[in-house]
Amino acid sequence: MSANAMVIPSAQVVDRTWIEILHQWLTTVDHKKLGILYIVYALFFLVVGGVEAVIIRVQLMHSHSTFVSPQVFNRMFTMHGTTMIFFVAMPVLFGFANYLVPLMIGARDMAFPRLNAFSFWLSALGGLLLYFSFVGANGLYGAGNAPDVGWWAYAPLGARAFSPGHSSDYWTLALLVSGFGSIGTGINLIATILCLRCPGMKLGRMPLLAWLNLVMAGMVLITLTPLSAAQIMLLVDRYLGGHFFDTQAGGSAVLWMHFFWIFGHPEVYILIIPCFAFVSEIIPVFSRKPIFGYPVMVAATVCIAFVSMSVWAHHMFTVGMSSYANTFFTITTMAIGVPTGIKIFNWLGTMWGGRIQFKTPMLFCIAFLFQFLIAGLTGIMLACSPFDWQLSLSYFVVAHFHYVIVGGILFALFGAFYYWYPKITGRMLSETLGKWHFWLFLIGFHLTFDTMHIPGLLGMPRRIYTYEPGRGWDALNLIISIGAFIQGIAIVIFVLNLIASYWNGVKAGNDPWDAWTLEWSVSSPPPEYNFASVPTVASRRPLWDLKHPEDPDSRYE
Amino acid sequence: MSAVTAPFPETQGLPDRGKVGMAGLIIAESAIFTIFVVAYLFYVGKSLSGPTPREVLETPIFFTICLLSSSFTIHFAVKSLQRGEQTTFLSLWVATIILGGLFLFGTGQEWHRLIYERGLTISTNLFGTTYYSLVGLHAFHVTAGLVMLGIVAILALAGRVGADQSRRVDVLSMYWHFVDAVWVVVFTVVYILGR
Repeated sequence: MSANAMVIPSAQVVDRTWIEILHQWLTTVDHKKLGILYIVYALFFLVVGGVEAVIIRVQLMHSHSTFVSPQVFNRMFTMHGTTMIFFVAMPVLFGFANYLVPLMIGARDMAFPRLNAFSFWLSALGGLLLYFSFVGANGLYGAGNAPDVGWWAYAPLGARAFSPGHSSDYWTLALLVSGFGSIGTGINLIATILCLRCPGMKLGRMPLLAWLNLVMAGMVLITLTPLSAAQIMLLVDRYLGGHFFDTQAGGSAVLWMHFFWIFGHPEVYILIIPCFAFVSEIIPVFSRKPIFGYPVMVAATVCIAFVSMSVWAHHMFTVGMSSYANTFFTITTMAIGVPTGIKIFNWLGTMWGGRIQFKTPMLFCIAFLFQFLIAGLTGIMLACSPFDWQLSLSYFVVAHFHYVIVGGILFALFGAFYYWYPKITGRMLSETLGKWHFWLFLIGFHLTFDTMHIPGLLGMPRRIYTYEPGRGWDALNLIISIGAFIQGIAIVIFVLNLIASYWNGVKAGNDPWDAWTLEWSVSSPPPEYNFASVPTVASRRPLWDLKHPEDPDSRYE
Repeated sequence: MSAVTAPFPETQGLPDRGKVGMAGLIIAESAIFTIFVVAYLFYVGKSLSGPTPREVLETPIFFTICLLSSSFTIHFAVKSLQRGEQTTFLSLWVATIILGGLFLFGTGQEWHRLIYERGLTISTNLFGTTYYSLVGLHAFHVTAGLVMLGIVAILALAGRVGADQSRRVDVLSMYWHFVDAVWVVVFTVVYILGR
């Protein structure tokens, strides 16, 4: 296996004007540049969606608040949910997948570089369409408004009669367009991983990150498309006078719920599986041990992907399905806890007896383990349909899924940022600021989302813009809002760290963490062609083999 | 370890990326069609007003035979291109386009009859909504396929499609087979189960 980078004669390196650099970024088909574009784009929307969350929390800080009107409050929670899922979580995970997968499997680019660029720009157009609704949704009639029908846009709220103007159209088109972009990326990831692995990189030797992204890409193809189909139907209803979800003509509002959640629940796994991938790469490196139970990890992931496609109606227990349907979806939802539990034990098994280094990426991963476990436990509680009848659409549910998305997905993502930032930029992120970021965010997160379970149990419904005093919710809501501000401060520190370290960070070198996968064998940032000569691997940890020729992994696998 | 100059070294028997990519697209498209088929079946007999499928639909047997036989012509077109027989390829390829075009003409004819003689539009009732959406989604895919087949035909007429391009043409033929297979499902659902 070769680690030597090609030497570029200095004459070839020329200074470019800013317009040339801009042109280069806009027309690039390089998987690394597109990965960075995805990530920066998602970080921008993370700040936008975060501001919306803060507006929601200021409004709910005390009873009878008039900080925003009920109409604006509806827009804020709709835009917050839509933005965070479709324009933060999806693009940032696609960005990392784009950047890392070819490097980790020893390929020079994705299988279809131009499709890759096309997918990114479709996603970018989707975000633009969604936010253009703020000014354009009422067309020529005056000031616009944003979508306000909730991120799942239950029928008949999305129908013309109940959602006049164009705000729901912008929402539909934004999701449709970015959905097509996601399908393109899914196809690209699958073709890259199946067809472009370097010599010796058998499926059983791929880094877990590549494996888990392969599963995620397969899920994108099967479960994102129902949403696209449902959006096409909604457009037919709104523009051609169709009756898919028009109850007055015999259409079914419940069918929309089914179509939405057939997408909506697997979507959670589309988001969490790449985060499992980050954790599966970071924990071994900072425990100085290879991953525990590699084949079981792969099998558990595939199992999760399969089962996740048969759990969707646990979002609909309160609709009034038959008791057989309720029982089925309760059982499948509980069953998915088994492979997920296997994964948690495998990560613990990796850490067990290891020489753990508590660097910032590892801290985020350890917090991920605890928080994802708790999120899973409240998930099991909500899977019991009688329990769900009591607490569906309450703040308990809001607390549960934010525990998954913030406590699980976002924490793992922060770990990934601290771990791979040196590879992407060539500079280390500041450990001091990183520790501040970690601890502040951890405290803020637990203040907000641990507390949020309680008003839910006390009966506070989600999506209300204000509440009466004296129900025991006031102090709890104040604590939740304070936690949100602390998380906001932590995010500011994180963004400052990203910016400051780009210029002032310590030079990283090729392999700052003494890691074992192929991306660390090339320079930081990697050259455009990734590998001067295509590497050959003989085990799951090619760099370990290179560093320890006296005791290579290939001897044992 | 070997230095490779091609941007995409086709390494040790890994599958062709074109075929894998097209297979991915077909899986994704299948999921979209599944949702439309589910909606169609869910709404069978639920329309609050007429016309009903039994009253207005006529089974398009001739045009179905046209579309299904185009799968054979495109299959043998690709085979002959792989053998380097460019003239046979071109004639079979054009035959595929004609058969696909005939099918599309049949759909257009049926829609014209339904709209102008039977008064069934997409907004008439649930049957109209689901029928035009499902059949229309399929017709859209046939149209997209015909555009791509047409581009290949023009390139072939210019003598630019040789045996070295047969892998790419083969990938396109996968898409065409998929469009045909979807019609088998749509035909069964709309003209047999849905009546």
